Amino acid sequence: MAKYIIQGATGDFEVVLGLEVHAQVTSNAKLFSGAATDFGAEPNAQVSLVDAAMPGMLPTINEECVRQAVRTGLALGAQINKYSVFDRKNYFYADLPQGYQISQFKHPVVGEGIVKIDLEDGYTKEIGIERIHLEQDAGKSMHDQHPQFTYVDLNRSGVALMEIVSKPDMRSPEEAGAYLTKLRTILRYIGSCDGNMEQGSMRADVNVSVRRPGEPFGTRCEIKNVNSIRFVRQAIEYEARRQVDIIEDGGKIDQETRLFDPVKGETRSMRSKEEAHDYRYFPDPDLLPLEFDDAFIDAARASLPELPDDKRARFEGELGLSAYNAAVLVAEQESASFFEVILDETVKATKKPAKDVATKVANWVIGDLFGALNKAGKSVADSPVSAKQGAELLALIEDGTISGRIAKEVFELMFETGKDAGTIVEEKGLKQVSDTGAIERIIDEVIAANPGQLAEYRGGKDKLIGFFVGQVMKLSGGKANPGLVNQLLKPKLDG
Amino acid sequence: MSDIDKATVAKIARLARIRIEDDKLDHLAGELNGIMHWIEQLNEVNTDNIAPMASVVDAKLRWRQDEVNDGGIQDKVLKNAPNAEYGFFTVPKVIE
Repeated sequence: MAKYIIQGATGDFEVVLGLEVHAQVTSNAKLFSGAATDFGAEPNAQVSLVDAAMPGMLPTINEECVRQAVRTGLALGAQINKYSVFDRKNYFYADLPQGYQISQFKHPVVGEGIVKIDLEDGYTKEIGIERIHLEQDAGKSMHDQHPQFTYVDLNRSGVALMEIVSKPDMRSPEEAGAYLTKLRTILRYIGSCDGNMEQGSMRADVNVSVRRPGEPFGTRCEIKNVNSIRFVRQAIEYEARRQVDIIEDGGKIDQETRLFDPVKGETRSMRSKEEAHDYRYFPDPDLLPLEFDDAFIDAARASLPELPDDKRARFEGELGLSAYNAAVLVAEQESASFFEVILDETVKATKKPAKDVATKVANWVIGDLFGALNKAGKSVADSPVSAKQGAELLALIEDGTISGRIAKEVFELMFETGKDAGTIVEEKGLKQVSDTGAIERIIDEVIAANPGQLAEYRGGKDKLIGFFVGQVMKLSGGKANPGLVNQLLKPKLDG
Repeated sequence: MSDIDKATVAKIARLARIRIEDDKLDHLAGELNGIMHWIEQLNEVNTDNIAPMASVVDAKLRWRQDEVNDGGIQDKVLKNAPNAEYGFFTVPKVIE
């Protein structure tokens, strides 16, 4: 794997990256109140008086949010802290009615863990997790709705976030992208966050610094709130270059918060935020320490599904899938579960062992189905062809009822109409002809119609057998069983 | 604990969004120092190997089920707002 190097006029630099990912916890109610968390509601309709920070309101922790943070920690192989503390992080902003965010500073609920990232050509790398803590989201400010005013919607205020902090272990935009991709996959597998970056359910603060190889860490800048994997890469590329240029011009990097502008593709300073860095954390006097026992952790562990890395290893090891197929199928939980259902159904329909049909099923899912879904702009979840229907189609190929070529035609019709494979084969009369007599009659017809080619074949042009096979298949409407055609044709041609 | 000077008082006041006139800073610095010194008496107590106390009573954090049983009170939420439009709070434009 090629190292990511920034070439300066005075030598090479490497980039050092750490990510703080804010992931919205999947829960019905907020972290400390009973208001709903659904996206896209009427403004301020999902706000309790706790979220609006009315005087005298007290926060009460939502069990599910704690459970999801613990499950996330377990999925990342992280240390779970049975004792953690909520602190107040103090700052003023119009969409933060409390004047502080309830967060965890000194004692987070989850400690160190690991994310294994997948890089190109099958390389992997382990990225350390420093901690995960629970905190409240702020409200939403809209600056473009009115010439003089900012509109504030508190629906998001108080929604539970997990802040997942990595160690400064990444060394290229690709590694940062792969880390975010893998983290998102894991969170979606275990269902602790929906990973929807467009809706802001997952956003990243990216810490970037540069250094000459072998030197200690340089001064870092933090790029706030980057909301897509592509932007994370772009922001890093720009920011690393900017820092190298400053250093080479004899300048110094100021530790500061920066914004990424996706339109201009550049980062710029958020100077006014500087002072706000004095957060004056202290334990929230409204909340006692968060404590739970081993039984709580064990129950959380028992609720975890098979994780993507384990699933991939099983797909390759037990089912004999190629590394590529396995990687494509596990990348999204929906794809993996679709594959597992269709494989299961195919095994039932064909009575063959899973290992014998797995690769065929995988190839069909990735090639035919995903191809058609992509073209139609649909996701696996709203596939017009269900896993069960797909399995029926594959079983028809497997038992010789239809040929692979006809199957493609049948699949297109299934995709369009949602009908079952068997129904379409029946209606369109696509059943493969395996009746020897019928095939022989077609062969005789083809031979009679092509006396010239027959003479050439008999004169030694063996390759013309391909021509005859083609003609027979054509005349049969593609329905003749190709194996039988080959078997029956040669003796007849040889006379 | 170092003494609290005028500049520190001004900084704390700014962070807390409290306006304090320059001629009041010296006086407040004196008061805050008095408070700090008073609290520093606690340092005389040996607290080695003693866990921080979270509460004076033996209480545990109360947990809540993940149920939606609040919200849907836009009118109440906005009732005290100096300005509101279309269900939003409206505040002077805050943008960089």
